[in-house]
Parts: sequence; C-alpha cells; structure tokens
Amino acid sequence: MTEEIIVSFDQVEKKYEKETVLKTISFDLEKGKFYTLLGPSGCGKSTILNLIAGFASPSSGTVSILGKDTRDTPPNKRKINTVFQDYALFPHLNVFDNVAFGLKMKKMNKEKIKSKVTETLKLVRLEGFENRDIAEMSGGQKQRVAIARALVNEPDLLLLDEPLSALDLKLRTEMQYELRDLQQRLGITFLFVTHDQEEALAMSDEIMVMKEGRIVQTGTPNAVYDEPINRYVADFIGESNIVRGRMVRDYAVSFAGKTFTCVDGGMQPDEQVDVVIRPEDLVLTEAEAGDIQIFVQTQLFRGVHYEIMGQDDAGNDWMVHSTRQSEPGRRVGLTFDPQDIHIMRINETEEAFDERIEQFATAAYEKTSKGGAGQDD
Amino acid sequence: MTKERKWLAVPYHLWIVLFVIVPVMLLLFQSFRGLDGSFTLVNIQTYFTSRVYLTMTLQSFFYAFLITVLTLLISYPAAYFLAQTRHKQFWLLVLILPTWMNILLKTYAFIGILSQTGFVNQGLNFIGIGAQQLLFTPLSFLIVATYIEVPFMLLPVFNAIDEIDGSMIKASRDLGAGEWQTFASVIFPLSLSGVRSGIQAVFIPSLSLFMLTRLIAGNRVITLGTAIEQNFLVTQNWGMGSTMGIVLVLIMFGVMFLTRRRRKGVTVR
Repeated sequence: MTEEIIVSFDQVEKKYEKETVLKTISFDLEKGKFYTLLGPSGCGKSTILNLIAGFASPSSGTVSILGKDTRDTPPNKRKINTVFQDYALFPHLNVFDNVAFGLKMKKMNKEKIKSKVTETLKLVRLEGFENRDIAEMSGGQKQRVAIARALVNEPDLLLLDEPLSALDLKLRTEMQYELRDLQQRLGITFLFVTHDQEEALAMSDEIMVMKEGRIVQTGTPNAVYDEPINRYVADFIGESNIVRGRMVRDYAVSFAGKTFTCVDGGMQPDEQVDVVIRPEDLVLTEAEAGDIQIFVQTQLFRGVHYEIMGQDDAGNDWMVHSTRQSEPGRRVGLTFDPQDIHIMRINETEEAFDERIEQFATAAYEKTSKGGAGQDD
Repeated sequence: MTKERKWLAVPYHLWIVLFVIVPVMLLLFQSFRGLDGSFTLVNIQTYFTSRVYLTMTLQSFFYAFLITVLTLLISYPAAYFLAQTRHKQFWLLVLILPTWMNILLKTYAFIGILSQTGFVNQGLNFIGIGAQQLLFTPLSFLIVATYIEVPFMLLPVFNAIDEIDGSMIKASRDLGAGEWQTFASVIFPLSLSGVRSGIQAVFIPSLSLFMLTRLIAGNRVITLGTAIEQNFLVTQNWGMGSTMGIVLVLIMFGVMFLTRRRRKGVTVR
C-alpha cells in the first residue's frame, strides 16, 4: 500500500535578499503521521511552515500539496491550518467566534457551524467557554482555543509553530500528551516545529533535525536518539559523551586508550571517528571492574538521577547519569555494552549513513540482542 | 516619596479646578440668568421652543456629521495604505504637517484658492466651464472644514491599524479568509477603537467651528459656535450664550457616550 503524500518538498530553496535560509530541502509528509521539525532558532524551521501555509513562496524548487504545485495557491485556498506561536487569537471575538471563524469564511450554515464548534471545543476540553472573551482565558486555554480554531476546519495538515513554548513546564508536558492523543484520534497529519528536543522525542513519529537551512537527519525518535548522524545531532538531542576514536576494523573501535567491541562497521580501517555514548548508558562500578576508569570531578543531584562529571586517563570528559551516588575526588569505573557505543563518521551524508546503518548496525544489533544482552530500546 | 507625588499633582488639580470646574459652573450659573441679571429659566425655555435655535442646532449637527463622515472616508483608506508603506512614519508626518500651521493662515489660503479669481476658478475658466461661486457656499465650508479636520481623524485611525499584529492577518488568511474578508472581519473591527477616537476628535470641534462659517461659508452655515459668539459679543445676551454652551457640552457627552468602548478587555496588542 502506498501512503498518501500530503506535502512534498522537492529541491526547495528560499532566499531573502542575499541570505539563503533554506538550502535544497526535499522531504515528503505522509498522511496521518506526526512530524517534528527540530532545530535551534534561525535554522529555517519557520520558513518551511511559511512555505507550506503559503505565506512565502520558494525561490527555487517546488512545494506540492496533495501532488499539486502550490506556487499560485494563496494561503486561504489551502486545506492547511496553523496553530501560531503566540496563538494569534482574535481579541475582538469570543471563544465561539474565534473557533467559528474559518467556517464562517466558508459560508457554512449557522446550525452546522454551531454543532461543529461545540464538538471541537469538546475535543479540546473547553465546553462551556463559548462566550468567554479571549482576554479572560489563561495561556493553556488560549492554546486550546487556537488548536480548536485550526482543527474545526478539518485540515489535511496541521502546522504547529512552537505552540508550547509560552506555557510553563507542567502544562507543556500535559499538552504534549494531549496533542499526541488528538493527532492519533483524528488521524490528521501534524507538522510540529520546536527547538525543544524532549517535545520532539515525546510526540513524533518522525523527527527532522535541522541545521542552518538544511535537514541533517530524518528518523524516528529512537533512531535519531540512538543513531545520531553527527556531533551536531548527538549534541542537540539529549546529553551525550562524544570522544575522538579510531575504527580498528568493523565492529572494533579504539578510544580512551583501549579497544572495544561495537556494532558499527563499514568504515576504512584506522579511520578517525566520533564515538558517542549516552550518559544514561554508562554504569558506575568499582574502578577495577570498569571498562574505563574516570576521576570524578563534580556531582549534581538532578532529582531522578545524579549527574556525575569526570575525566579519564586519556583526558576525555565523561558525563554519567546514575541513580547511584558517587563522590568528587573518587576514582570509579564505567561499564557499557557494545550496542551503547555509537560511531559517527566525520562529514557523512545522510544517504550514506542510512545505508551503512542498514547494513551493519541492524545485523550486528540482532546478533547481540539474541545473545541476551538486555538492551531496552 | 508619597509626599513628593502629592506636590506633583498640584498643578493638575489647580488646572482642573480653575479651567474646567469653575468655567463650567460659571457657564451653568450664567445660563440661569436673564438679561436683567435675575434668576430665570427663560433661556432654556427660549432655546427649546425657538425655531431658530433648534434649526441651528440641527444644522450644526448635520454639518458636523457630514464633516465627520467625509474625514473618515478620506482618512480610513489613507491610514490603511499608509500603514503598509515602507516609510510610513515619514508619510504620516507629511500628512500631519498642515496641523502645525495656524488655522487662520490655512483659511485665508483657501479664500485665495476658492475666490472668484482664485486658482480653482481660473482652472474652470480654462476648461470652459466658467467661474462659479465657490466661496461663501456650504460646499466650500465642507471642503475646508474636512481639510482641516482630516489629520485629527487620520492619526488615531492610523495608530489603530498600525498596532494590529501581523499574525492576526496571517491567522485570518490561514483560516480561509480572502483579502476582503480579512479586512471586513479582522482589520476593520480591530481598528474601531481608532475610528471612535477619530470621531470624537472631529465631530465635537466641528459642532462649534465658528471662524470657518464666517470666513469660508459667509455665514450661510450657522453653527452653534457662531451663535454662541454672536450672543456673547454682539447681542451681549450672556445668559443665552451660556445656555447654548451647556447644550454643546451635553451633546459632547452624548457623542462620547455613543462612541465609548462597549466591551471590556478588548485590547489590540
């Protein structure tokens, strides 16, 4: 079965005067999935939204919606709605009229508008708020109104432009669950833009990590987290220990003065690589029992875990997330499993990366997990 | 600290008492005095029974209304397009600049432009229509009064339109509204606060324009302003003049009431 493609970018470039904000972007958004564009501010995420919504047109390349080139389609003729960062609710209209706005523009009859708005307000748990003024609503409620106002139009694609950034932490987590739940219940494609990696990991089917106008890596949250393509992605998504290493041969990497078994391959022998190990994959042991030994420098209590910073004999810094306590000044050992070691080639393209991962990591992963090494995925 | 603040408020309180409360009380007091200085209600009675005064009031109202509508019709589109131009502050300044000039100067300039041998009639002669009587007609009064009042409408309307967040327009387009629908259901309602201020700033002074009625309309238009001036300076009937002054104050309150903000919490960010 071929999935229905909602939006497709083909070699899209966007220039503003002399500055190129998007550099040859290509991707497809399939129906019913939750996509996230993740990247720091100014990386071009919002430009992609503007191109899809119709507030900007590409300098070159094509943006197609449901297979049709959109160059001449104004925003109001696209079956795509947006939840704006600052909500952009109309202050002169009450909650009902805000949500009804899109339907009124379509000249739908009053009865139908009423039932649809009521239904949608119920969906975002705002029944009974119909006659409230926007100014009377809290941040979280405004957020829901904005979502309802977009969803009531039954768009093919919902664009969400950092919609949670103005909310406090607790509300934000709550909304993450709700958004994910809404998306799965309605089956509408979501394109969510954020600079918050936790949001991206929690909600998405697929994450597109952006850097300076390019999509650096696309993949499921697990794939992007476990197999970051390069130092940038590894650093941006979660905390990581990145150390310089050398590929001895396939499935063997040398770093911190020792050679370890790993699950990656496909590099040149003796190739210089970056080695990533997530802080939570490192297990604290007695110094002698560890794969590597570190000298603990600082320890921070983070609530769920301790964050321990230390240095090994080769001078590499290590961050460990452990539920066990240590002590600054102590020498401790760290152990880790082969599949916790992730190797990144320097300057590898996404295509080459995907191909190599396909070939080596999967095969090796299956091999090791059959061996019973309990790796939770 | 609070003591110093209190001292800072003294000029304000003095101003309010000396130039607002006392004059209005005096006006009220005068309006109950007859020509002989005795306390009487005859002024009010005369005002509301005399055909002359009532017609004059209606006429003032009518002209003030026309002037307000005309300034709005000119200022709204101007403000709308101004808010979208690149150097809007500069163009706004250009349009506001005439208010820096003395009103008498501007009026005399119009006498020159509209007179029998003036610029407009020269033009009309040239294209063969021939000179028309322009000066001392209600039409010239409307033109000049509108010209003078336009900046006072333009400024608040421009500010209101300019303050509308660009994301409102984006949201409207995103929800399927075309350009015209966006204007009618988002931009216009959100700019109403400016329109209201503009109406207050134009309608109320227009009720009592008296210099223009004489210099431009040649007393063919008589507004309440003219009548008050006549009562105070010519017929020396201060009681009647004051009564009309009070009526004018009441009308102003009425206009303020009609153009007040109706809904609480409507703010345009």
